[in-house]
Amino acid sequence: MSLYIDIFITFFKIGLIGFGGGYAIIPIIESQVNLHQWLDVKQLTDIIAIAAMAPGPIAANSATVIGFKLAGIPGAAIACAGITLPSLLVILILGKLFIKYQEHALVKAIFYGLRATIIGTIVYAAIKFAASNGIIGGSNLIDIKSTLLVLVSFVLLVKTKINPVYLIIAAGFIGILIF
Amino acid sequence: MENVNEREIDFKLLSELFFTFFKLSPISFGGGFAMIPVLEAEIVYKKKWIEGKQIVDTFVLAQSAPGAIATNSAIFVGYQVAGIPGAIAAMLGMVIPTFIIVIILASLFVFFQTNHYVLAALNGIRPVIVALIASAAYKMSKTSLIDKTCWIICLICVAVLLLCPNINIIVVILSGAFIGITIMKVKKMFSNSVKTE
Repeated sequence: MSLYIDIFITFFKIGLIGFGGGYAIIPIIESQVNLHQWLDVKQLTDIIAIAAMAPGPIAANSATVIGFKLAGIPGAAIACAGITLPSLLVILILGKLFIKYQEHALVKAIFYGLRATIIGTIVYAAIKFAASNGIIGGSNLIDIKSTLLVLVSFVLLVKTKINPVYLIIAAGFIGILIF
Repeated sequence: MENVNEREIDFKLLSELFFTFFKLSPISFGGGFAMIPVLEAEIVYKKKWIEGKQIVDTFVLAQSAPGAIATNSAIFVGYQVAGIPGAIAAMLGMVIPTFIIVIILASLFVFFQTNHYVLAALNGIRPVIVALIASAAYKMSKTSLIDKTCWIICLICVAVLLLCPNINIIVVILSGAFIGITIMKVKKMFSNSVKTE
């Protein structure tokens, strides 16, 4: 029972602070999962791969898989509810107020600074995930094959409108061929 | 949209909300932004639940509130159409299909995760996840790091996180709000024009 409560509170907290949606929430999930010692970064990377292959929000999907891994289907439901409910509460309570004050200088100043730190956390997460998966900083300093895969994927994601699902599937086949 | 909460609960409308988002949810690959044109077509033009002007506000709010853009949009559309019950119906419609799909994928993964080919495939996939995270930062930086000060805040943030691995990331994120307010005040002292967008 206490694990369920722990899962709920942890993901509720993540949901509450998850400004920016999508991959902006990954660094927060990483820090909380690490804090609870639920998973290592490599396991979390695989979970994000599953989350990214399914339709729907990457953060809620990741929460669902983490909950599933920790405590089966009830854990998955609790994690998914935990990360989604803050959205509902914040929108119901602050929605109308926000639309009224979105042009207010104070609101703009808050998001001006918040966006900068959020992007900082995502960059940090990318570095940490690369290091924890042995792509950089391992015994060879840089793993050539993995690093090439990172760079090619990055360029494709930034320069083309490639669907990440296809990229993940293609990388899976490349992985079978070269690793 | 006054008195939305005082309306009688219209179960037909609620189920329509639920099934509209239930239908849209599984096609929402690639996250929130890909969803916006599809949502707009369905909600504004087909269902005529809300007007074009309101959908703009909806997406602004959906991007500013914590959480996923697609789910946030559904919640706020549901709220505008049928109050709090509407918000809940739309949210459930959005969440349930993807939840089921994710559970199926996760179960398959648990079953196959020791397979030799799956392990090799994962070695190929992990770099893509790193690239996905990095590309999210890159894409956000294009619209959000609008001046040198933003870049400096962002770089300091990365440095702090790398140098202090035990720092609370929530504190780091929220410090951005205080930095933003402080910078606005400082800029106000030196000039009358404050540019925060």
